[in-house]
Amino acid sequence: MHVSYEVRAGDFSIAGKVSSTVKGILKQLNLTPAHVKRIIVALYEAEVNVVAHSFGGKIDCDIDSEQVVITVSDTGPGIADLELAMTEGWSTATAEVREMGFGAGMGLSNIRKNTDILKIDTGKGKPTIISMTFRLAEGAEHA
Amino acid sequence: MPDRPFHHTLAVREDLCQGCTHCMKRCPTEAIRITGGKAHVNPERCVDCGQCMDVCPHDAIVIEQNDFQQIFGYRHRVAIVPSLMIGQFEDEVAEMDMIGAFHSIGFTHVHYAEFGVDILKTLGNKISVYADAHPVVSSYCPAVVRLIQLRYPTLLPNVNLMRTPAQITALYARASLEAHGCAPEDIGIFYITPCAAKYAQIKTPGSATSGLIQGGLNLDHVFNLLQRDLAKNSDRTRKGTPTWESPAITGPAFLWSLTKGESSMMQGRTLSVDEVHNVIEFLELVEDERHENLDFLELRACDTGCTGGILTPRNRFLATERIKHHAATLPKELPDRTRIAILELSDKLIHNLKVERISAKYSLQLDEDISTAIRKMERVKRITEVLPGIDCGLCGSPTCRALAEDIARGNASIRRCMVMKMKDPTGLNHLAKIWGEAIPKESHPAPVPDFTPEA
Repeated sequence: MHVSYEVRAGDFSIAGKVSSTVKGILKQLNLTPAHVKRIIVALYEAEVNVVAHSFGGKIDCDIDSEQVVITVSDTGPGIADLELAMTEGWSTATAEVREMGFGAGMGLSNIRKNTDILKIDTGKGKPTIISMTFRLAEGAEHA
Repeated sequence: MPDRPFHHTLAVREDLCQGCTHCMKRCPTEAIRITGGKAHVNPERCVDCGQCMDVCPHDAIVIEQNDFQQIFGYRHRVAIVPSLMIGQFEDEVAEMDMIGAFHSIGFTHVHYAEFGVDILKTLGNKISVYADAHPVVSSYCPAVVRLIQLRYPTLLPNVNLMRTPAQITALYARASLEAHGCAPEDIGIFYITPCAAKYAQIKTPGSATSGLIQGGLNLDHVFNLLQRDLAKNSDRTRKGTPTWESPAITGPAFLWSLTKGESSMMQGRTLSVDEVHNVIEFLELVEDERHENLDFLELRACDTGCTGGILTPRNRFLATERIKHHAATLPKELPDRTRIAILELSDKLIHNLKVERISAKYSLQLDEDISTAIRKMERVKRITEVLPGIDCGLCGSPTCRALAEDIARGNASIRRCMVMKMKDPTGLNHLAKIWGEAIPKESHPAPVPDFTPEA
């Protein structure tokens, strides 16, 4: 099953709205609370990243009984040094963004902790595409 | 706590129900459907919050009645009275008049339910909480606990497992009578309940209160008995008939059932939310775990707290004011002899203060099996797209989305949509063939849950 949502850049008042909608869907599909939790933590971080750092983008969710794949893609400006961006506490968020309670530099590392497969395609001046795979099978790392 | 079916105390009187959709629209768990022109409540989804009873313009939703005479089956008849009872009376009725009337209608002992707060504080020098996760969520309101079991199972480890004040008071009352030589079978403890949820909890077999409390008595019924007695014996005080001892309680404990009453006695950063739709909005946030700075959450299904309970006769704001006014006259600490009486029973009380862990209820999911649930969800999406989206409720489901879910579950046919029937009857016929007629189930009185809860 496929669902897709637009995410507007800079609109912090609705950051988290897509995560909440997806949470409702996952709960109705009877995913275990533990799966719902980690998927939503990762998705929320990725959603806030689009709002805080990008020119805007979209979130695509593909759900089947084996796995949930969420692709978060924006239209730029890209992450220049991905390795640095993955470091806990490192952030390029502006003072304004930090004042609103975002930009603590935990985003990407929180995403990595909660996903089974994480693929990030980015670069300076390029769009960023984050693909997160969550396996639902019993005995999976996070199950 | 193993999974047990909820006992419900609310019922629809079909002779009065007009099928008007008010209750269905207000229900916070979408538990109500209108079929055959009457409201039907899905017992797997109802949390006994009482919103439907509150909103029904035809008084068609009623609460189970209990026989007051049952108290006379016991030699020692203990009333556990919520402090909000005093708020149901005008200032002319003094506390002593009310307590006198409780004895006059048949009780031998009267305790305030919130005295349990003082007992807990005396035993541990503070109000202890016991939960597996942070922030701790109050377990005081049984409708909120049921809501969490149903909709927010991830938050079950956050629920405080300490017994509620009324339960602790019941423990104390029993231990105290037994210590004075009363036979256990002669002791009947009755809770005067201001709402459907607390009554339902008492009636649920194996719940935290069963055995501890012999029965619940609806507050509005007891209020009528007290009023009648007060009217008959208005000169009781002057005639010098026995005056009763005022039940022990401190001012802060007296306020516990009101909004902020509980949270103000808790350590750390606390927050209180009242009214069930507000509670739902807030639980969604808590579930996302972005509020780690909070320590304790007081959540109540009724507006203003228990004074907003559906069985309370008086306006909740006036009642709240009287309770606060009375609390200001009460001591901040218990008298020494009461403290000593509690401490003498501490062995009997202290090992019985926690309840079992609470288990989740599964009835909002589209299906137990994820693949089937996904298939049903795809159907819900497609059906929602063709429905008018105006949520008129004429179909008997609270929203277009809810109707789509009912169709996907096989509990309803798209033929129920009145807007489509008027706009495009031919198209509707076509769609009904695709998505099913669901006639056998539509004639069924209540929606059948998709699967039985896990054992």
